[in-house]
Amino acid sequence: MKICVLVKEVPDAAVEKRMDPNTMQLDRSGEKNLNPFDTHAIEAAMQIKEGGAVPIEEIVAVTMGPESSVRALHKAVSLGADRSVQLTDDALAGSDVCASGYALAQVLKREQPDIVLLGQQSDDGECYTMGAVIADHLQMPSLTQVIKIDVSGGKLRCERQAEYGYDTVEVELPAVISVGDAINEPRYPSLKAIMGAKKKQLDKLSAGDAQIEASRVGEEGSRTKVLALNPPSAKEKGTIIEDEDTNETVAKIVAWLDERKLL
Amino acid sequence: MAKDRVAPVEYPPPVNDAEEFVGPPSDPEEDRIEVGVAIVGGGPAGLACANRLMQLLEHEPELQEKLGEVPVAVIEKGKTPGAHLLSGANMRPSALKELFPDMPESEWPVLWKVEKDAVYLLTSKQALPLKPMPPNFRNHGNYVVSVAQLGRFLAGKAEEAGVYLLSETAATKLLVEDRIVRGVRTGDKGRGKDGAPLSNFEPGSDVTAKATVLAEGTLGHLSFAAMDYFDLGGEDEQRWELGVKEVWEVEKPLDRVIHTMGWPLRKAPQWNEFGGSFIYPMGDNKICIGFVAGLDYTDATFSVHDVLQEFKLHPFVKDLLEGGKRVAWGAKTIPSGGYFAMPKRFSVPGMLMAGDNVGMVNIPELKGIHYAMHAGMYAAEAIVDALKRDSINYEAYDERVRSSVIGKDMYRSRNMRQPFTRGFFVGGALARAMTITKGAFPGGHFKQEHDSEVEMVLDGASKSYPKADNKYTFDKLSSVFASGNATRDDAPNHIRIQQHVPLQIAQTWVSMCPAAVYEIPEEQVEAAQNGDGDGDGKVDVHVTPSNCVQCGAITAKGGRLTPPEGGDGPLYTQV
Amino acid sequence: MAGILVYALHDDEGNFNKNSQGAISEAAKLAGELGTEAAAVVVGDVSDEGAQSLGAFGASKVYRAKSVPEGLAQPIVDAMAKVIEENDIDYALFGGGLLGFEIGAGLTARLGAGVTMEVTDVKVQDGGLVSVRPILQDSQIVDVQYVGKPGIIIGRLNAFDTVQGDGGSAEVIDVDVELSPWSTKAKMVTRGEQRGANVNIEDADFLVAGGRGLGKAENFDLCEQLAGALGGTVAATRAVVDAGWFPYSAQIGQTGKTVAPKLYLAAGISGAIQHKVGMQASENIVAINKDPNAPIFEFCDLGIVGDLHKIMPKLTEAVKAKKGA
Repeated sequence: MKICVLVKEVPDAAVEKRMDPNTMQLDRSGEKNLNPFDTHAIEAAMQIKEGGAVPIEEIVAVTMGPESSVRALHKAVSLGADRSVQLTDDALAGSDVCASGYALAQVLKREQPDIVLLGQQSDDGECYTMGAVIADHLQMPSLTQVIKIDVSGGKLRCERQAEYGYDTVEVELPAVISVGDAINEPRYPSLKAIMGAKKKQLDKLSAGDAQIEASRVGEEGSRTKVLALNPPSAKEKGTIIEDEDTNETVAKIVAWLDERKLL
Repeated sequence: MAKDRVAPVEYPPPVNDAEEFVGPPSDPEEDRIEVGVAIVGGGPAGLACANRLMQLLEHEPELQEKLGEVPVAVIEKGKTPGAHLLSGANMRPSALKELFPDMPESEWPVLWKVEKDAVYLLTSKQALPLKPMPPNFRNHGNYVVSVAQLGRFLAGKAEEAGVYLLSETAATKLLVEDRIVRGVRTGDKGRGKDGAPLSNFEPGSDVTAKATVLAEGTLGHLSFAAMDYFDLGGEDEQRWELGVKEVWEVEKPLDRVIHTMGWPLRKAPQWNEFGGSFIYPMGDNKICIGFVAGLDYTDATFSVHDVLQEFKLHPFVKDLLEGGKRVAWGAKTIPSGGYFAMPKRFSVPGMLMAGDNVGMVNIPELKGIHYAMHAGMYAAEAIVDALKRDSINYEAYDERVRSSVIGKDMYRSRNMRQPFTRGFFVGGALARAMTITKGAFPGGHFKQEHDSEVEMVLDGASKSYPKADNKYTFDKLSSVFASGNATRDDAPNHIRIQQHVPLQIAQTWVSMCPAAVYEIPEEQVEAAQNGDGDGDGKVDVHVTPSNCVQCGAITAKGGRLTPPEGGDGPLYTQV
Repeated sequence: MAGILVYALHDDEGNFNKNSQGAISEAAKLAGELGTEAAAVVVGDVSDEGAQSLGAFGASKVYRAKSVPEGLAQPIVDAMAKVIEENDIDYALFGGGLLGFEIGAGLTARLGAGVTMEVTDVKVQDGGLVSVRPILQDSQIVDVQYVGKPGIIIGRLNAFDTVQGDGGSAEVIDVDVELSPWSTKAKMVTRGEQRGANVNIEDADFLVAGGRGLGKAENFDLCEQLAGALGGTVAATRAVVDAGWFPYSAQIGQTGKTVAPKLYLAAGISGAIQHKVGMQASENIVAINKDPNAPIFEFCDLGIVGDLHKIMPKLTEAVKAKKGA
């Protein structure tokens, strides 16, 4: 069986992110890193492989992004992926969720994976959607925000916290699963794995290689358009009470809470 | 009643460098990682060395073969090269030119060419220009750089040339057999607060090398271990200054490099407060502003971070920042012991040391980046020469450093700091006299004590420090946030101190540390002051190691910083 | 017809969840402005009365797909895609929550539609809808327009207020849906299982958080009691977790959890930025601190400068009295 793990290069969490007011896109020029949620997806893949309940021949890291995103792939490989695929093409720049999901699905179709794993959200703000978008394109069952995966009888038994409590769901393969960070504690790469990462196979694909229709990706192919970028409205300064008579102070707090229907 | 004055050195950190941090390889031979040259530290020295090595090896297939599959590896504890780098910085471009002679100036990783500079003496209300300008302040022909960006630039070049960059990797132990350095051991990852392995524990590895270059920067961990083990200490104790720096986006562009002396430091000699500020244009709408002070001050409540905050409220400075926004913050120590504090030797068989870790800083001119790079390049040349002879002896490197611009400049300014003047921010006339006499005035060589030997007293420096207004002034914790530090909370403690110490010592650490690593429980402060509690006047120091930004000051003042888990600490991007 | 379609989620007893009701209210409001109407989709075993009752929130029609199971997204994607295509619907709106994200994302792929997540507000502009969405830890707000039809709007949890009108009854239309083959390959084993007595702090509506100002670990009792009275749970700052006063699982902040409860009551918390990033999205922030210069007073809604040891016990009693009344 084959597992594909979708990974993404994102601005490092520690760096203040900003939007480029000209392009209305996230300024990606600064420090970048492998999306932390994706490290949980890689670890989940490794645990399925090491668990041995299904034989996993290969774990393939797949990304879409600019040239520099190759670093995210190196990191993914150092964490356990056997090889990697990079979809990189200027035509893809500015793709929204709809366009990116289509493009990634086209790459995955070439790989024919049995399991697709990805992080449920990315540090640059996109969240919870990509797994379900890709699954529909691939016509596979999918589950997002999964916090536990067990493999039994050739199926995945997944748990997640939904609206009314914990749901346990059984999913047939092939399937697309996005995972939360509670699912595992990712391992650290060994120094040997880091040094060996660049030597593992890396296939670089253009949009054409992946049979991606140009009209469906990039800014042109996107179905959303950012109209305006605004600062958040300044929050009104709160009320400050100096506690002189505690009974009176408490009465004021209770009245304040009551006014806001918090009691 | 406890003593009023007490020196941190009386409470030394629980550490034995030569025993703990030096030893033979411990991994079975087949598990060791073999590299040609192992460079510890991805800063100007280490990366200049790496780049120079690749240049020299380019047409030497035989030498390449000798070095094996991984000819050069740079081991960097920061998240990326540059992550732990911080400097003023006005850089002299000599080393950059020498390393990349064909690179047009337009491609240099520099921010602003210095065309104009000014020095002011500050009183609490005024800024008096100092004319003529003391010569050591002259910066024409130099460039304002962000050393964090310079590091990334040099790392990019090195990687293109085939160097292996091993970021997020700490070098924790020097591998030595038969008094020959064989490489380094890297740090473990995935230990909990108490040091016990977590579920994702990954042990470190022995990295063996034909040559090991220690380019760890200020207060280098393995450099201390090596100097202790091989007895390399210089004539003088090394000393340090602590600099705290911010980057601001401002509305009015700045057209000159500014240095100031005087306020808010106190003049009275008993406090021993020496230092000053720097304000540099960084191109576009950015400027950096920093404050540097010697760590031989005596007041336990003195805090460079807070002095910088106070300094920003001076009308002269506030005007420059008007309408601006702080975008980055960081802190770092600078070795300031000068010529006589450098180690006796910069190499032993199998190992060479280059840069701030061996004190290669010209303190009167506040310059060290080009020395670090020159030294790194000399180290590369010495390694290649030795490799040709199948030797692991690098005495030629020692000679080269001493006879080069590094040795000569530093010798010339050997007496700048002691005893009448201090650091970079010296009185104009005196500095001129020394510069004119090429360092002979005031003559002689004055022994200097270690910063931790200075007796500390609780003396009110902190009384004037402003409360953070989150516009011009910031507290330490929000500053740590601005350093990009995102170390996990349950990281093991990498800071060695005695945790039950007199209040003066504890307060020294609390105040000195710009990152709020040390705390004393409030009730213990009161108890110690009233002579209650245990009655010994001592308090317990609480350590939050995850706040640490690796400035190193604790090592100067009675503790010992060791490397954190690889990848921890700040993520500097523009300081 | 054109219009706005909402998915209304219900539990095993047939009760619709509050988020869905809010989404219908929002859709009805927007439909009014656009001069169109709001409709809802329900799946599974929903009674006529249940379906009709959504009219109270402004749904004029309710499409009911009885054969489609509730609880997993993909079958509902099949149902909604069918309703959207057959009725030429312009927008699909979700109140947030895990299923809303999944269904919205599935529709995005199925219909080649634009999607915007974590939406906090929707405006009518030039005859269409524009989603307002905070990004980058809420440091920026973007206005997003849809290109082509339909547009998918996924709200942030509790973004839309529930507005119950005067009892209009929705028209219920049953639809037959043929499920896609892949929509039947995930099966619910158990749904809505409750685990552990402790409420997850990320889900709590009321949080009482304690910081260093509590003085000592034992004083967390003050927080526990007030939280109990409010029907909430207790959280903590990094400093007190570090000090061992409280478990890490309840830590709020940069290296802890991010929460957005209805009420965040901060007791003895200075409000350092590391803490702030974890709780600034809270709807109402009340701070009690003895230090008038504490940064938290800069961004709280109600600040009390005073001794929490005096205030909290009395506040607990007063809250109990008020609730009991």
